[in-house]
Amino acid sequence: MSLRLLALPAILLLAGAATAQEAQSPAPLAAQGCLGCHGQSGHGAGGIPGIAGREARELQAQMMAFRANERPATIMGRIARGYTEAEIAALAQHFAQIPAR
Amino acid sequence: MNATRRALLAASALLAAPVSLRAQSQGRILVIGGGFGGASAASFLRREHPEIEVTLVEPRQRFVTCPYGNLVLAGLRQIGDITHSYDRLRARGVRVIHDRAAGIDAAARRVRLAGGETLSFDRMILSPGIALRWNAIEGYDEAASEAMPHAWVPGDGTQTLLLRRQLEAMPDGGVVGIAIPANPFRCPPGPYERISMIASYLKRHKPRSKILALDAKDAFSKQGLFQDGWNALYPGLVEWVPANRDGRVVRVDVREKVLETEFGTRHKVDVANIIPPQSAAAIAREAGLANDAGWVPVNPVTFEAQAAPGVHVVGDANIPGPMPKSGFIANSTAKQAAASAVAAMRGREAPRPVYFNTCYSHVGDEYGISVVNVYRPNAEGTALVEVPNSGGVSPRGDLPEQRRLEAIYADAWYESITRDMFA
Repeated sequence: MSLRLLALPAILLLAGAATAQEAQSPAPLAAQGCLGCHGQSGHGAGGIPGIAGREARELQAQMMAFRANERPATIMGRIARGYTEAEIAALAQHFAQIPAR
Repeated sequence: MNATRRALLAASALLAAPVSLRAQSQGRILVIGGGFGGASAASFLRREHPEIEVTLVEPRQRFVTCPYGNLVLAGLRQIGDITHSYDRLRARGVRVIHDRAAGIDAAARRVRLAGGETLSFDRMILSPGIALRWNAIEGYDEAASEAMPHAWVPGDGTQTLLLRRQLEAMPDGGVVGIAIPANPFRCPPGPYERISMIASYLKRHKPRSKILALDAKDAFSKQGLFQDGWNALYPGLVEWVPANRDGRVVRVDVREKVLETEFGTRHKVDVANIIPPQSAAAIAREAGLANDAGWVPVNPVTFEAQAAPGVHVVGDANIPGPMPKSGFIANSTAKQAAASAVAAMRGREAPRPVYFNTCYSHVGDEYGISVVNVYRPNAEGTALVEVPNSGGVSPRGDLPEQRRLEAIYADAWYESITRDMFA
């Protein structure tokens, strides 16, 4: 099979991917703030723990505990108190669906 | 090999050649400036909206960050550690043009480059950074900065390295004078981290030396935490003089190495670091986007300049209410601005933003402190307000483990955010 023929399904595939991306809303913008410290896609970096691929329930419970000042933290308590419960739930869902590395 | 696998292989070959993706472009976003705002916007757009064509205009081939420049002064980092290339952004499909934007025609959606090319766009993200206001301190102009470095706009790193060399050449027992501007300016805790990092160097190599910090204001970011740290790590080494004790430097004498304050006190120093008053970069002011104070007022939801809808202004050039001029805020607002630009191009409403800032400062090699802020637009979408009960600074007190952890997290933050922008 020539390269030209191979390229055709590839373009269709990419177009499909783009449409899927269109339909699905992009990652919640609030999640972008987390990446500033927790690394690309939330996989962690240089001593800051990863948040990708973790149980959504656990992430949410941790954030709520930070928010309630029930869990010791260097800075996560100060951050968590800036977000609503619904946003925390959405963030937890978002990072839970990213495969851990 | 089955058909699906062949298609996947071909698809990955195409992904490796991002230029071919431009055929599917669903609009053009032009990003001016490749710093924390601009590189973050370009990187975010490729990741979240690959159907958009992104062009980035930046005069320099490499970007030297302001953050961690103070650690270069301390000798804890090399300039190469804080220098970043645009190669990865280019490989991910951003058209990177190394040229200077010479003029913006917001109405016609065109930008003229110094090299002669004219670029058209659907939406623009302008992240031009700051200009230093030469002669706002009498005698302090660009030529003076070659003797008394500002090291506040790193450029190619020359200014930071010049200050470092001057510190190295200074005899033990010398005085380092630092002039600090009034608000607003780039990186509010930056001058105080700089005091800390220079103190760290002096304590190790020139312990009889002093730092004389002359400030144009009476209070500063994370003040209590910084002063606790100076007392703990560098007792007697740092003298901070607030404006109300005649700290505001109004004149410099480069030849005599003298910093003169408001009420005529002349401080003779051995090394002078002048951080002058600032404004938005010239391109933003020349395009008529800035207010009388020299900063660009923006819409708090879309970050469009109030004077030019369709031009989103991010980074230190804007004046977004209470938000600090920080790299983290530039990164956070750039993503919101980029998402808003895409939404506008599709006739949709801008997403509801949450802006989030974390500024770490190194007080010592293993001693970090931080301030956190979370901001949202008010109900009318006319102003930004800090979320009540959120954010704040690190707790005070004798907390060595917290300080050590925050120093480690500061390093991780630097690694994460620069990867978010450039990798």
